[in-house]
Amino acid sequence: MSAISIVYTILYYAATAILILGVANKVIIYAKTPAPLKIPTTPAPVTRMGVIVRMAKEVALFYSLFRANKWIWLFGWIFHFALLLVLLRHLRYVTDPVWWWVNLIQPFGKYAGFAMVIGLAGLWARRIFVERIRYITNPSDHLMLALLVGIGLSGLAIKFVSHTDVLQVKSFFIGLMTFDLQVLPGDPVLLIHLALVAVLMIVFPFSKLLHAPGIFFSPTRNQVDNPREKRHLAPWAAKLERD
Amino acid sequence: MADFDVPELKEYPVIPILQEDVMAHSKPYVAKEEFQQQLSFPGELVENWEQVAVKELGDLTKKYRSLKVFLDSCVKCGACTDKCHYFLGSADPKNMPVARQDLLRKVYRRYYTFAGKYFPKLVGAVDMTKDVLDEWYSYFHQCSQCRRCSVFCPYGIDTAEISMAAREIMDKVGVGQKYCNEIIGKVFKIGNNLGLPEAALADTLEGIEEDIEDETGVAVKLPLDVKGADILLVTPSADFFAEPHVDGLIGYAKVFHEAGANWTISSYASEAANFGMFIGSYENMREVALRVRKAALDLGVKRIIFGECGHAWRVAYSFLNTLAGPFDFLDPNYPVPQHILEYTHDLLEKGKLNIDKSLNDDKVLTFHDSCNIARGSRMGDKPGGQFTIPRDVIKAVCNNFYDMQQDTIHDSTFCCGGGGGLLTDDLMEIRVKGAEPRMSAVKNVVEEHGVTHMAAICAICKTQFSKVFPYYGFTMDQVISVHQLVGDALMLSGQKSDDEEVEDEAA
Ligand code: SF4
Ligand code: SF4
Repeated sequence: MSAISIVYTILYYAATAILILGVANKVIIYAKTPAPLKIPTTPAPVTRMGVIVRMAKEVALFYSLFRANKWIWLFGWIFHFALLLVLLRHLRYVTDPVWWWVNLIQPFGKYAGFAMVIGLAGLWARRIFVERIRYITNPSDHLMLALLVGIGLSGLAIKFVSHTDVLQVKSFFIGLMTFDLQVLPGDPVLLIHLALVAVLMIVFPFSKLLHAPGIFFSPTRNQVDNPREKRHLAPWAAKLERD
Repeated sequence: MADFDVPELKEYPVIPILQEDVMAHSKPYVAKEEFQQQLSFPGELVENWEQVAVKELGDLTKKYRSLKVFLDSCVKCGACTDKCHYFLGSADPKNMPVARQDLLRKVYRRYYTFAGKYFPKLVGAVDMTKDVLDEWYSYFHQCSQCRRCSVFCPYGIDTAEISMAAREIMDKVGVGQKYCNEIIGKVFKIGNNLGLPEAALADTLEGIEEDIEDETGVAVKLPLDVKGADILLVTPSADFFAEPHVDGLIGYAKVFHEAGANWTISSYASEAANFGMFIGSYENMREVALRVRKAALDLGVKRIIFGECGHAWRVAYSFLNTLAGPFDFLDPNYPVPQHILEYTHDLLEKGKLNIDKSLNDDKVLTFHDSCNIARGSRMGDKPGGQFTIPRDVIKAVCNNFYDMQQDTIHDSTFCCGGGGGLLTDDLMEIRVKGAEPRMSAVKNVVEEHGVTHMAAICAICKTQFSKVFPYYGFTMDQVISVHQLVGDALMLSGQKSDDEEVEDEAA
């Protein structure tokens, strides 16, 4: 096995571990931290089912963002939806045989890469040119966009410009998953793409990418509006009552 | 009139060009030692305050999921940047909700995140310094905790939660706000924000009874501390004498009278507002809320009804059961607590009130949705009842009603500019500036529909608007309580109409 294959093998095991453990850790913290008061942003659903619908609208359609700002919504939604397609399409590199529906979305997924980059470019342009957004931007926000654009462009380059031995890439990843280590092709663009993805996985639990799990724990969106009917009491607040 | 520029009113919302730090000078008076201590906070800046502040911040992120999730999740998308009335009115970028959050977030990142500990510049993390504390004191007292930003944030990030946490930290290091903390102290000592003792309250209520009788010829009572009454009315103390609040109180009294209700006010819990929320102090908020419980128990009432007030209704509707429940000693057939508008609405629907709408024909109304009612509570049993019920009531007692523009009402409503503990003269500039978006919307309906009055259902809104209307070319009497409209149109049984009176006099 080449040195590069060994480095990437280690890198991906490490990145996966950091991503999973890091996010799991955060999710556990969020889940364990009490929400002592009922603070749904009203009007809010009065049933659990209603909350599921509200959350689905937020996660799938970015409903609140749509109400707030059509441009951010447009670019943000295009980016996220394209990213989803691209991710699903990539399942073909880790499944054998490839699931039928992954084949079905393959043609869309191929071009979603472009949509993803366009969405990111739109968001980045706003970050640079809209005064208010420039004001709230930190260097890390630019870096995050650069990382994602880098992933998108390098991926598109592999697909449409400098092809790589996809079958070998697939055996490398399936090898990782089955602990039957395989060689990774040494094409530079592929290596760049994979390195950037690994970086993304590693920074995920330490960055604003936590918005992904975060939204599900947002009390203003996930609480049922029933404070008069049902008494809501956090453990630390209950302790105040006993003292 | 003012020693600052009053913003110009606009036909449609204009997002201002940023003017950095133009509001940095805006700071409320700091609470004196004695007022801090009443609330069990240190009297002055504690010695190792940096550590205390950082530790308190960490503790709060363990007590409040909202704070933890909100501090982690913001992606700096900018969707909230043009949503705050204080930003729209002042152009200070630190009044953009996300920028306000960042004042706290940058410290959180520095001490509690990997990136901020090791790459502070990259993520804009900073140490807890006196400059940071001063900035907090300034800008976390330019947030009325109105939650408008949370409506539009894709993750529901509520800057109000951040402001509350920041104020709690500041209190814990000894830098409290005079206005809020003094008022909470008065509630603990006397029972209401105004420090109106029982005897004075009894006098005031008697005076109001006389006024009503003079005007209508009917003896409408405003009972105080009546044991065994069915209904305890808890209302903001401003209702007892401030204008236009008191006309709202007269309205409630007339409605209770017509319904034949056996009701009472409590001198012990003669305050609906709960400023404990403004300072983010669960403990103090609970102390204040428990007074309502005690009053209900002592008087042996069956129901609790809250008068017109915004933040008060949020605490009552959303938190009272948590803070002071369970209320299993009350009549289970009614929600605890109920809003006076729910009560009146119900009577109107059942046709139990004899209304002569034409008595309000001298007015053309619009309605201001109070922020904390709109976005932090509900009325009735359906989501959005907080919008329909007040409007239904107004329309049932008035012939002329027009709503303001869609993006300034319901859950997009703009705060009056005086909420969240900012209703104090030392913050007049930000109050006037923050009122601009609402005032622009008012001006538009005035010009389009000839609106003459704006009805409100919050003591803070009413006081704030009475104060800021004149800055924008309106008069203070254009602000009116919804229950004044009800009271004015309500024909009391046994009351003589104006015509009859004339005949009487002729005879
Ligand atoms: S809308 Fe929400 S996520 Fe976007 S910048 Fe504002 S607080 Fe952050
Ligand atoms: S809660 Fe209201 S006042 Fe505070 S930042 Fe948000 S919009 Fe502005």
